[in-house]
Amino acid sequence: MLVSILNGFAIGFLLFILAVGLSLVFGMMDVLNLAHGALFLLGAYLGATLAGSWGGFLGALGLAALGGLVAGVLLSLMTEPLRKRSHLDQALLTLGVALIAAELLIIVFGDDPLSAAAPPGLDGSVSVLGAVYPTYRLLIIVIGAVLALAVYLVVDRTRVGALVRATVADREMVATLGIDNRLVKGAVFAVGSVLATVAGVLGGPIYGARPGLDATVLILALVVVVIGGLGSVRGALVGALVIGQIDTVGRVLLPDFASFVLFGALALVLVLRPQGLFGTRAVAR
Amino acid sequence: MTAVESSVVPTEVVRRRGYGRWVAIAVLVVLAAAPLFLAPFATTTLSRVLVFALFAVSLDLLVGVTGLPSLGHAAYFGSGAYAAGWVSIHVTAEAPVPLLVGAGVGALAAALTGWITVRSAGVFFLMLTLAIGELVGQVANTWESVTGGANGLTGIPAVRVAGEPLANAGFTYWYVLLVFVLGFALVWVVARSPFGDALRGIRDNEPRMRALGYSTSLYKYAVFVLAGGVAGVAGSLLVAQQRLVSTADVGFLISSLMLLAVVIGGAGSLWGACLGAALVVVVRDALGPTLDGHGPLVLGVVFVAVVYLLPRGAAGLLRRRS
Repeated sequence: MLVSILNGFAIGFLLFILAVGLSLVFGMMDVLNLAHGALFLLGAYLGATLAGSWGGFLGALGLAALGGLVAGVLLSLMTEPLRKRSHLDQALLTLGVALIAAELLIIVFGDDPLSAAAPPGLDGSVSVLGAVYPTYRLLIIVIGAVLALAVYLVVDRTRVGALVRATVADREMVATLGIDNRLVKGAVFAVGSVLATVAGVLGGPIYGARPGLDATVLILALVVVVIGGLGSVRGALVGALVIGQIDTVGRVLLPDFASFVLFGALALVLVLRPQGLFGTRAVAR
Repeated sequence: MTAVESSVVPTEVVRRRGYGRWVAIAVLVVLAAAPLFLAPFATTTLSRVLVFALFAVSLDLLVGVTGLPSLGHAAYFGSGAYAAGWVSIHVTAEAPVPLLVGAGVGALAAALTGWITVRSAGVFFLMLTLAIGELVGQVANTWESVTGGANGLTGIPAVRVAGEPLANAGFTYWYVLLVFVLGFALVWVVARSPFGDALRGIRDNEPRMRALGYSTSLYKYAVFVLAGGVAGVAGSLLVAQQRLVSTADVGFLISSLMLLAVVIGGAGSLWGACLGAALVVVVRDALGPTLDGHGPLVLGVVFVAVVYLLPRGAAGLLRRRS
């Protein structure tokens, strides 16, 4: 049970790193980026191909971050002409990009599932409160917690963060103050995308890399955002930790029906708080 | 009529009514006669087109008529297909039974999930339907004792009419065509009714409809359940046609392909949705084998191209809501 709970934390923090970018882009610019899962998969493939040594692991992280940066800026530019159009258009566009990206990844990396190795020294196990636990997963918990704290502090305590929060709360007002919306959007898109690809490299040794993984993690990230409330860093963190626990403990207790449990949690939160646990904007009217 | 914002729609309808009826009858006659002059393979392809056309029509009722862009409609199509397949194997394949079971389970699934989704609007609706559709797909994948898991539900017997199994591609086609026509007619009548006018009113200006005293969420819930039921019927037709259900038929890709079909066809036009579905199915079936399995790459490019080049297809679905 303790191992399941720890696994829940490892997956929860991974989900946070993945979902926070989705949540902020979504909350700020109303862009539903359906290519977000493909970014995770890019990181996972890079990790699976390169990792195995420390140099490879760090190299994969660097390459993934670079790829995420380019992809984020590109997506921001591509969705810009659609600003005045419907949400559906943005969703269809990013869906098209996701399909193209997933196929390109299959062409480059093949369609057999790959497994990623943890860097040397971290591939063993340690004893936690009497339970034997993989070192690498413990490291994910630590990295995730540090990144979560860092994102939270930047958004909550700095001027840049104040700008981001202000854009979430009232985009038009920020634009009126003379601040270029496109720049803020591009920056958040880029940071969110980098976090997604980095989450992919970190998550490689847990999830592996295979076709279809992009859709799976995209849905988990969406559920996190719905539960946490869009555009909220705290919401993304709480939502991710809750989903992490449900996904692992639920799988142990009710192996056949983990999806039902996930849906039940989603339904429960939406019935009690339609805007999500920490949502800032009304969802239903 | 006062509820409808635009006065363009009615005049257009009046203008078209003159010859539209004859075109419809001619198309119907050609469709009915098709197996007599088509090769069996082409007949089977045409059956598939009709199955997905009915699916697209039910989705268009949500997307085009009501302005609810669902990205998870395959959940109800798939639920109906699995239910029809299961009942054909374990109970009976006698004609109306799989159909009614498919419709009932599709509507039930939509009723269970719809009360969450219709409370939201715009991009949140997109996201929730996507998540729910994917979760239903996962259930299909993991609930092996009922769905056959990753292998799919196999060994489904052919539909029986008055005790006789429909073994031949032509007879199956006529069965599919008959149900398609009935389903299309149902959606067409609903879209033309005062109820349909109210739905278009909700699409164009929901706050005004609410101010006029309509319970808009009740209307949206009703149309969501109805669309789920029609999608369930389409699912039972899929079972009649390919006698197999796999997780690919519930998945996200089908949902998005059908949304693409609706958008290409021009959302709100039921005929357009059928043509869009025909295009998508034919392109996928014809291009799939020749492209070495890289069909999704082409479809992705089509998605991007449609968004940039056919803005009128997608525009106006979701007027500004926030």
